[in-house]
Amino acid sequence: MKKLINAPADVVVEALAGLAAAHPRLAVDLQNRVVYRADGPVPGKVGLISGGGSGHEPMHGGFVGPGMLDAACAGEVFTSPVPEQILAATKLADGGAGVLHIVKNYTGDVMNFEMAAELAEDVQIATVVTNDDVAVEDSLYTAGRRGVGVTVLLEKIAGAAAAEGRDLAEVTAIAQRVNDRGRSMGLALTSCTVPAAGKPTFDLPDDQMELGVGIHGEPGRRRVPLASAHEAAAMLVEPVLAEIRPDQGVLAFVNGLGGTPLIEQYLLYGEVAALLDKQGIPVVRSLVGSYITSLDMAGASVTLLALDDELLRLWDAPVDTPGLRWGA
Amino acid sequence: MSVEAWVREFARLVTAEAPRLTELDSAIGDADHGANLSRGLNAVVSALDTSSFPDDGALLKKVGMVLVSTVGGASGPLYGTFFLRAAGALGDGFPAAFRAGVDGVAARGKSTTGEKTMLDALVPAAEALAAGKDWAAVVDAAETGRDATIPLVARKGRASYLGERSAGHLDPGAASATLLVTAAATTLGADG
Repeated sequence: MKKLINAPADVVVEALAGLAAAHPRLAVDLQNRVVYRADGPVPGKVGLISGGGSGHEPMHGGFVGPGMLDAACAGEVFTSPVPEQILAATKLADGGAGVLHIVKNYTGDVMNFEMAAELAEDVQIATVVTNDDVAVEDSLYTAGRRGVGVTVLLEKIAGAAAAEGRDLAEVTAIAQRVNDRGRSMGLALTSCTVPAAGKPTFDLPDDQMELGVGIHGEPGRRRVPLASAHEAAAMLVEPVLAEIRPDQGVLAFVNGLGGTPLIEQYLLYGEVAALLDKQGIPVVRSLVGSYITSLDMAGASVTLLALDDELLRLWDAPVDTPGLRWGA
Repeated sequence: MSVEAWVREFARLVTAEAPRLTELDSAIGDADHGANLSRGLNAVVSALDTSSFPDDGALLKKVGMVLVSTVGGASGPLYGTFFLRAAGALGDGFPAAFRAGVDGVAARGKSTTGEKTMLDALVPAAEALAAGKDWAAVVDAAETGRDATIPLVARKGRASYLGERSAGHLDPGAASATLLVTAAATTLGADG
């Protein structure tokens, strides 16, 4: 393992300190590991918080700022934050209009956010759980589908709705609509290496790739022989398209998992766009880059969001965060 | 012996076994079970070293709070809930307290046995305790339940995302839960 760190136990706090140093408009509560708007909370605005394990940067701390999140709490690497942290983030985001908890569907995240919501008696809280990963069978017999790429799009769109002054119920409904209209699928070319473990989470031979991988180095749906980007794009797009109905065109999001350079991400995006074009699905907006990562894992995911007029307008609204910035 | 000795022995075992727990978790989870649990239990040991408690119930409550606030993931709420619930039932004796803790884990995780979780080790141990079995039999019940997770398909937690591929691996939660039972046998069991 080669990591540019000081000590595995200090990775998260030291990274947050660096984030705060690089972005003066963000403030960081190092004790609770919460990143929040230095100019927040905004009075009368619905607060948006999210959080999860670290290792997915820029998610979520890098999405704090006007037009997106009000606060984000960082757990240990790949481990959900604890209730105290979530509660601290909730209080820092509360401008008196209630707080939306954006939670990815992982057992630990769901339980810790539940416990925090039980503790936050004096703040009105709504919760939306993202579960867009088509690689996971959604059934009564599993913990359900994972929350992955759609989380980024949801934080942006719901953030815009909150910035417009919508109330908690409206912001929650829009967030839920993004989740319902978006689906994702990913693949890994290599494992990631968790700093505390010090070695790759799984072995992946050079001639194979892991299809349907999540964002924690947890193995995917199945191993398949290493494919070209052309073939890989089809393996990702087809199962996603099987589950959404793009009536007014899509937002196509190609996401790098941390170890795959932008040249390969754009190459993959080209393949995805060609596939969608062939099927007569207009791509109305696109996003390419590493936004929800799995440490140093090589690989990518594809997220398609079936847009409607309102979601498109909210996507285009100004946003000013370290990870996403336009119109501001 | 005391419940404090039980908790300290659990912390010692988890720290010693952390690499193995993490390795088990690498196969079907996200490779952090050993690191997370040992981090939480180190914090528990620090709390025990620096605090005094009016009774064992207060001590176990503190253990639960420290675990919830330091472990994260699913293990934090689950082990934290175990100790918090056990603390509340300690007045009815250890078997009842253990049972209350196990029921708390089932409620928090919305889970039951046969889903490849901690409960596969904890529930048989609770039943053996309730039946008045000796400690060797209680540990045996936990270990048998733990080993029976190998062929199971996970239905809860991150391992459930693997579906059928989760079969063939020992569940890391059942492995750490067995350490909890083993620690009880070597400390509380010394009372005879």
